[in-house]
Amino acid sequence: MKSYIIKRACLALGIIFCISLITFFVLNVIPGDVVAAMLGDFASKDAIEAARAQMGLDVSLPMQYINWLKNILTGNFGNSYFQRKAVLTLIVNAFKYTFTMAIAAYIVAIILGLLTGIFAALYHDKLPDRILMSISVFGISAPSFWIAIILQIVAGLRLGWFPVSGIKSGIWWVLPAFSLGIRSAATIARVTRTSMLEVLKQDFIRTAYAKGLSKRRIIFVHALRNALVPIITILGNDFGVLLTGSMITENVFNIPGIGKLLIDAINRRDIPLVQGGVIYVAGICVIIYFIVDILYAVINPNIRLGGEK
Amino acid sequence: MYHSDILKNMAKNKIAILSAMILICLVIICIFAPFLTPYDPNKQALNDRLLAPSMTHLWGTDQYGRDILTRCIYGCRISLSVGIISQLIATFIGYFLGVAAGYFGEIVDDIISFIIQVFSSFPFLLFAMALMYALGAGKVNLYLSLGFLSWAATARLIRSKVMEIKNQEYIQACKIDGGSNLRIILKHLLPNCIPMLIVSITLGIPNAILSEASLSYLGLGIPVPTASWGNMIAESQQFIRSNTYYSLFPGLCIIVTVMAFNMFGDGLRDALDPKLHSQKGGL
Repeated sequence: MKSYIIKRACLALGIIFCISLITFFVLNVIPGDVVAAMLGDFASKDAIEAARAQMGLDVSLPMQYINWLKNILTGNFGNSYFQRKAVLTLIVNAFKYTFTMAIAAYIVAIILGLLTGIFAALYHDKLPDRILMSISVFGISAPSFWIAIILQIVAGLRLGWFPVSGIKSGIWWVLPAFSLGIRSAATIARVTRTSMLEVLKQDFIRTAYAKGLSKRRIIFVHALRNALVPIITILGNDFGVLLTGSMITENVFNIPGIGKLLIDAINRRDIPLVQGGVIYVAGICVIIYFIVDILYAVINPNIRLGGEK
Repeated sequence: MYHSDILKNMAKNKIAILSAMILICLVIICIFAPFLTPYDPNKQALNDRLLAPSMTHLWGTDQYGRDILTRCIYGCRISLSVGIISQLIATFIGYFLGVAAGYFGEIVDDIISFIIQVFSSFPFLLFAMALMYALGAGKVNLYLSLGFLSWAATARLIRSKVMEIKNQEYIQACKIDGGSNLRIILKHLLPNCIPMLIVSITLGIPNAILSEASLSYLGLGIPVPTASWGNMIAESQQFIRSNTYYSLFPGLCIIVTVMAFNMFGDGLRDALDPKLHSQKGGL
């Protein structure tokens, strides 16, 4: 187990290193002089050169990468060209919103997904099952930012139940959480249904019925616990998906999260901010996948006992 | 498996047939777009701004008086082309890297497997955003960046398939016979992988379409005024108070298309190889 964790940690570090390499070189091949654009049309040549040296842009590209990496490792992500603030501060502030939104959506997705999946499995091949599964296909196919707009129109404007845009208190998260969570809920529902159907066929369920246990206990304790392994696999991967999904959906609701920060940075060609944002979110995703992998190993003895997947 | 078997399997699956018919309709609509609508997708008619659906404009008009149905039809061209071309690119890269890893093994496998790991563990949409920013918005750049980012799942599938079949007798026979590696890869391994490749293209397309819509929504995909479902939704957002229909239709177009590809892909997978249960990661 220990050697598995060490191996997996090395892999995660390698992946983060590659991601930093790709991010840096992709974002630095952009044509156009950023410094000149930043200082405006009236800046003298000397002023541009001085600014460039100050930003560390006067050395070769590989050197710039090494310096950038060194700085990042010490927690210095540089300064935003336009906001004149430390990139890390901006990112961490914005990330709070994105993370909250992903968590809120995650909760919606898990509750909605599990309940729908279990319900559909119990009514296998009957009308409720068909209806729920058709809705789930719809949910998987709809882009979350469109669901967000439709929810804004229906639940926000027409019915007036929830505030439409911005974040002030808990209730403002309801629409964002649902619009982001529905897609994952649909995936979870489908996996739960399949997994539950598999388990409900087995002998120990029949035994449990024969013992006279209540149906609720059998379903939620005996069956669900055994159906959980494939569901947890999906749950782990989904969080990373929700995190990036949140970056798009928050634009609909005007939430000042990392997606909005990045899009603004992209529009202003604020390269340190874009670079920092991408590497930060990517790093967090890699760490989440790492943790999820370790958790699988804990749950699934096949991996724990040395067998590779 | 013979083609007749595949067709027979497909014919049994009513949902797959229905989605195939929807897809054929969509392709026909894309090809004959100029003949299907009397309007120009980009021509502004400021007197007809933001009209509700009516007999002259079935889905209403947008803030520049452009017919929304017409723009959705032309948006379909963008979505299908981005979906199909990007997935062809992805499959091409995925096949060759997957075969190289599975066939040559050892250090080649180690390196390629690591690259596959890297590409499947970074957040897809985030890097699509970064790439589109670096390359600039536009159709060709969308093909390239979505293709370049989504090959990992295919490569992984092909790798394990090749590892499974490379030691079979007919491959060994070809080797003893003096067949070159390239010959084995193209003449013997490729036909075995074709069913897998078709399935992974079909199931990759809906993800590519959704990614294109998201990127265009953010302003990083198809630049305005060219119509794409994503940028139409972005433009419609200012008018959700007055014009509900404007947001509704492009989204429904996305859903119908993505749903049809997903269900057709599932049907195809079951028909080609009931044991093949793979899913490509999406948004």
